[in-house]
Amino acid sequence: MQYPAELKYVKSHEWIRMEGDTAVIGISDYAQDALGDLVFVNLPEAGDSVTLGEAFGDVESVKAVSDVISPVTGVVKEINEDLLENPQRINEAPYEAWFIKVGEITEEEEYLTAEAYEAFAAEEAEG
Amino acid sequence: MKLIFERSKRGRGCSILPECDVPVVLPEGDRRERELHLPQVSETDVSRHYTELAKQTYGVNDGFYPLGSCTMKYNPKVDEETAALSGFTEIHPLQPVHTVQGSLAALAKAEELFCEVTGMDGMSFQPAAGAHGEFTGLLLIKAYHKSRGDLKRTKILVPDSAHGTNPASASMVGFTIVNIPSAPDGGVDLKALKQAAGEDTAGLMLTNPNTVGLFDRNILEITKIVHESGGLCYYDGANLNAVMGVARPGDMGFDVIHLNLHKTFAAPHGGGGPGSGPCGCKDFLIPFLPGPRVKQAEDGYRMSRMETSVGDVKAFYGNFAVVVKSLTYILMLGKEGVAEAACNAVLNANYMMRKLEDLYEMAYPGTCMHEFVMDLGKLKHETGVSALDVAKTLLDYGIHPPTMYFPLIVHEALMVEPTETESRETLDTVIAIFREVYRRAKEEGEKLHQSPVKAPIRRPDEVQAARKPVIRYEFTEA
Amino acid sequence: MGRFVVSTPEEQQEMLKSIGFQSFEELFADVPEAVRVKDGLKLPEGLSEMEAFDYLSSLAGKNQVFPHVFRGAGAYRHYIPAAVKRITGKEEFITSYTPYQAEISQGLLQSIFEYQTMMCELTGMDAANASVYDGATAAAEAAAMCIDRKRRNILVSATTNPEVIRVIQTYCFGSGNQLILVPEKDGETDPEALKNLLNAETACFYVQQPNFYGILEDYEALGELTHGCGAKFLMGFNPIAAAILKTPAGYGADIAVGEGQPLGLSLNFGGPYLGIMTATAAMMRKLPGRIVGQTVDAAGNRAFVLTLQAREQHIRREKASSNVCSNQALCALTAGVYLSVMGPDGLIQAAEQCTSKAHYLQEALAGAGLPLAFEKPYFHEFVTGTPAPAQIILERLEREGYLGGLPLGESKILWCVTERNTRKEMDELVSLVKEACGK
Repeated sequence: MQYPAELKYVKSHEWIRMEGDTAVIGISDYAQDALGDLVFVNLPEAGDSVTLGEAFGDVESVKAVSDVISPVTGVVKEINEDLLENPQRINEAPYEAWFIKVGEITEEEEYLTAEAYEAFAAEEAEG
Repeated sequence: MKLIFERSKRGRGCSILPECDVPVVLPEGDRRERELHLPQVSETDVSRHYTELAKQTYGVNDGFYPLGSCTMKYNPKVDEETAALSGFTEIHPLQPVHTVQGSLAALAKAEELFCEVTGMDGMSFQPAAGAHGEFTGLLLIKAYHKSRGDLKRTKILVPDSAHGTNPASASMVGFTIVNIPSAPDGGVDLKALKQAAGEDTAGLMLTNPNTVGLFDRNILEITKIVHESGGLCYYDGANLNAVMGVARPGDMGFDVIHLNLHKTFAAPHGGGGPGSGPCGCKDFLIPFLPGPRVKQAEDGYRMSRMETSVGDVKAFYGNFAVVVKSLTYILMLGKEGVAEAACNAVLNANYMMRKLEDLYEMAYPGTCMHEFVMDLGKLKHETGVSALDVAKTLLDYGIHPPTMYFPLIVHEALMVEPTETESRETLDTVIAIFREVYRRAKEEGEKLHQSPVKAPIRRPDEVQAARKPVIRYEFTEA
Repeated sequence: MGRFVVSTPEEQQEMLKSIGFQSFEELFADVPEAVRVKDGLKLPEGLSEMEAFDYLSSLAGKNQVFPHVFRGAGAYRHYIPAAVKRITGKEEFITSYTPYQAEISQGLLQSIFEYQTMMCELTGMDAANASVYDGATAAAEAAAMCIDRKRRNILVSATTNPEVIRVIQTYCFGSGNQLILVPEKDGETDPEALKNLLNAETACFYVQQPNFYGILEDYEALGELTHGCGAKFLMGFNPIAAAILKTPAGYGADIAVGEGQPLGLSLNFGGPYLGIMTATAAMMRKLPGRIVGQTVDAAGNRAFVLTLQAREQHIRREKASSNVCSNQALCALTAGVYLSVMGPDGLIQAAEQCTSKAHYLQEALAGAGLPLAFEKPYFHEFVTGTPAPAQIILERLEREGYLGGLPLGESKILWCVTERNTRKEMDELVSLVKEACGK
């Protein structure tokens, strides 16, 4: 399991990379592994608002669907259209397969470092 | 197997219609702009094709079919015969009422008998399936509160063990769902229910026996809590087979129900449908029932729509032919046969459960109703063999697996419902197979990941199917 | 009493004892005394098979079967080839469950895949589901597919079959979405009215081809108006007419739905019928219900499975866009067999005969003093005025075994002709009509 140190994480298993004022958001290696082979993603549209702690989309495996939670409040600037056609990229390279880019951020969750998140994920895997 | 399109040869066909006996006149306007690719096959080709498909389809007559929550009982042949009477099949739904008195009498009789079985006062046969009946029942609840000006009731309480259609139906009726956790014994957690029920409660949806196969002993307490909060109680008839003739939803405190005629009342499933999901209710909800109501007048039966009805949920009067099948069935069972069916459904389930419980862990030990849930969590932990592996291995023994991974509150669930139409010998044979599979899971677990090996195909790649959906045949232009 | 329980009473007692119970009573210990049925249900004594059959036969005998049917309005009497009933009567098809276990359900799954393909062929659309309950619920489900946060109004042409309008209305009562009827003018959707009603809150506009009066409207123009405001264009199609008419895809429809009953299903007093749903690739994932897809098995061979299941209620629960679970699978199979037997030529022949014979009868009725109500192109249904009260004409026909058209008020009749009707029948009908009108 990989947790790149330059990224930030939240307990709902999303990663965040800041590009200037914009937050790039995806799901962690731990999350993609737990979900199994993903077959589809539902993403918002550019221009939609997202709210901290609320789902902005979901990911589907063959037998399950899981919400993807926004770690920030803001406005969607861009979505990764490639994922709509190729959801397997999330399984193959979770940290390249970003979901959305959010700007006009007014609120952010308290982020975990890679180290703290790794410990949290390990604990959850145990429990 | 070839697709019917792959059997097609240009110029082949069947001869069905005569020459047109009037001059050919086509409407003015736009014509079909693309070729119509349908199979061009002889009658021999069609017959053999579908015979081949039938051979690769597993029906109730092919063997044991213990799908929990689905009640795959034997479908009596006479039901097919009565539904196929031309006096029913050749009747147009919009014929004058005096020419359809037989159909209306059948609907009236079915309403009378099924109301007696459930303890309801009125019933509509318009809903076409169980989920459609749920939708209809929830519309009744919505219309009832609205008629009283009680607009704050926006929440439906649903146990976390419920079938997915319950929350989905409630959503379609604009309700928000409050999940009620199950108590450790599998029943409704009364404390949680009391907390959730209040002035915003529109109603509760419940299956009893519930989806883990247990009769909720607190049922009167449960319906009382909901009624005291001002909500109504909805009974999902999915599991009525366990208690028909023994206990009635109407006497348990339920106000509105649906039945699955294609489960409890022996109408066949048809590979997924057509079913019939009549919605029954107590007197005070009758004014809201959907569709035209059949009433007996002095000069025969009449049909009329009510001002206060929620409206029609389907064109015409529902899946009428399915109602005829179930009417035939219940007339044959009669007063004693109904309870006898339930008793034996419960007996068969307990018989299997008792003869397996030394090996398989039961999610809820004790006396079950018509079905029981096995929890393969421990087996999976010890051997790596999952509920899916066990199910797929059962295919190699020629039996249909139980329902897998339902209810969701048991993670490695296999839910077994043998029904009353299986003999002791069948149950004994199947019990031996389940035990054999358990032994193999312990001894050669690795192998079971590959199951089935004797079925017509191996495990299909569902990930590929969903990632790059191919849901129709593509014709290559000749 | 009819009984389908296999075990004899003695066997039942043995089984009970072998698992430690003395009586059935003990099995139901969890059922509180207060809710137990006392003294048995108030049902009649059970009947033998022969008695049950005779009773149902007597009811069927109280219905009047019309040898000559000229009524449609949403339910159509077509010829059903003998092979259709024989093939769909196979017990494996009738008694199987939804094909969750793909390994032992390839036959059923493949038949649905073939059905989906045929429905796409009829409409020209990209995707089809495995069916919903009927044409009316298909229309209601299609409208629900178009709803989003901003667009919540459903426009429906007033020329739609009233059964369909009523069902959409009921679904709207549930969902809280708004149904707005677009007024008709001379038997067609009024395009000016449509233009005025379309706005940024319109989710979709639904229109039938042919419409309730049998008329073929200007779907090109209606589709352009609808898309012009960003709403979805929904068409209800007739699967027999589709053999010769421009397809919904050709008109740019986003979703095409239809009543599949004409494809080999009996009239059955209104059901079971077949709800056909087809859509563009862009809307495929919003389709409700089962969908079968092609894949490969672990040995690399072609295989079929239920797919895209994450849309459905058993996974998405309250977030699913539809609750549909059981569908009309056996009716879909019937449609598939019917279309295989008819083939492209047979279906086109049926369609051409329907419309040719309808035109023959319409002209003859016009000659008898029943003028065409709307001078518009029509398929196999048309509305006439009546010189005598419609009821008088229809009662005269009824006495001779003719189910005449559907009365629309006192002085209009909606007639329907299919390939099943013969010229001789139509000539006879016209002379009866003349008699009734005093000619």
